[in-house]
Amino acid sequence: MTKIAEAPEGITGAGFFATSLDKVIGLARANSIWPLPFATSCCGIEFMATMGSNYDLARFGSERLSFSPRQADLLMVMGTIAKKMAPVVRQVYDQMAEPKWVLAVGACASSGGIFDTYSVLQGIDNVVPVDVYVPGCPPRPEQIIDGVMRIQDLIKNEPLRRRHSQEYQELLESYNIK
Amino acid sequence: MGNEQALELITAKFGESISHEIDAHGLLNLTVSPDQLVDLVAFLRDDETLAMGFLTTLCGIHYPFNKGAELGVVYHIHSLENNYRIRIKVFVPIEKPHVPTLTGLFASANWQERETFDFYGILFDGHPDLRRILNMDEMTYHPLRKEYPLEDTTREDKADRFFGR
Repeated sequence: MTKIAEAPEGITGAGFFATSLDKVIGLARANSIWPLPFATSCCGIEFMATMGSNYDLARFGSERLSFSPRQADLLMVMGTIAKKMAPVVRQVYDQMAEPKWVLAVGACASSGGIFDTYSVLQGIDNVVPVDVYVPGCPPRPEQIIDGVMRIQDLIKNEPLRRRHSQEYQELLESYNIK
Repeated sequence: MGNEQALELITAKFGESISHEIDAHGLLNLTVSPDQLVDLVAFLRDDETLAMGFLTTLCGIHYPFNKGAELGVVYHIHSLENNYRIRIKVFVPIEKPHVPTLTGLFASANWQERETFDFYGILFDGHPDLRRILNMDEMTYHPLRKEYPLEDTTREDKADRFFGR
């Protein structure tokens, strides 16, 4: 039989299984991420391969792309972001509901990449907080999948109170969010 | 239509005041002063023999060591009827980069002049809406002028010392 996901740590007995709420919710969230692909260039092409049947992101519960930020859990920024486009990335991030995560795919989204120039945003972490960076120019689909798995790890281990914590509020404030 | 015939028509109209040369590819180059530009382009467009009704492109250029004529605008004007084209150059000093607009002759000059203004700061007198078109509105300089660095100067992790420069 195919195993769908590892059960979290807990106490098993006859007819019951007990674990913490954090872990159950983390498990559910991590295996049903709805990504919002914000693809502007070649990394977006690699993402198409990642979604395709050879690499099949559906195995990780992420086959349902959300092209509306309202329902998305994970913002995947793939490609060069021009400074003129930075407010758009920011607006998409603002429109996503909590909890939300951000994956910067490729050198350009992470740091501006080879485009060290007046018109290109030098990394999307200038405008939105980023959870995981995927290196590569462009990264192979395996690397993108690895990035999504690192996001899954973050989601699984995130305490339920994290989004209310002082630290998280300060992070958002440093980006002038809310 | 050939360069000789075109030059003949232009010299008959404007005399010897327009300097010209033929480049390595056989393209006729005319260099004019800003106040001659509109008359010349109007003549090229409206003359029945030349019939140059298509402004192919328009762009700026910066020669920082060309004192008194640092900034230039280059126009390519094409005749669809004769399959013939001419390049026109105008040079202005960087302190007073004023060039008359061609929007009265070619509507297509509107966006191209805005782009040239955006990147070189050349002021097209008479343009109906001279504001930035490609760069951010907040940008405070004209990035393709040679006195500005190409790199984004706001970041430190791509400084020259990290690359042995």
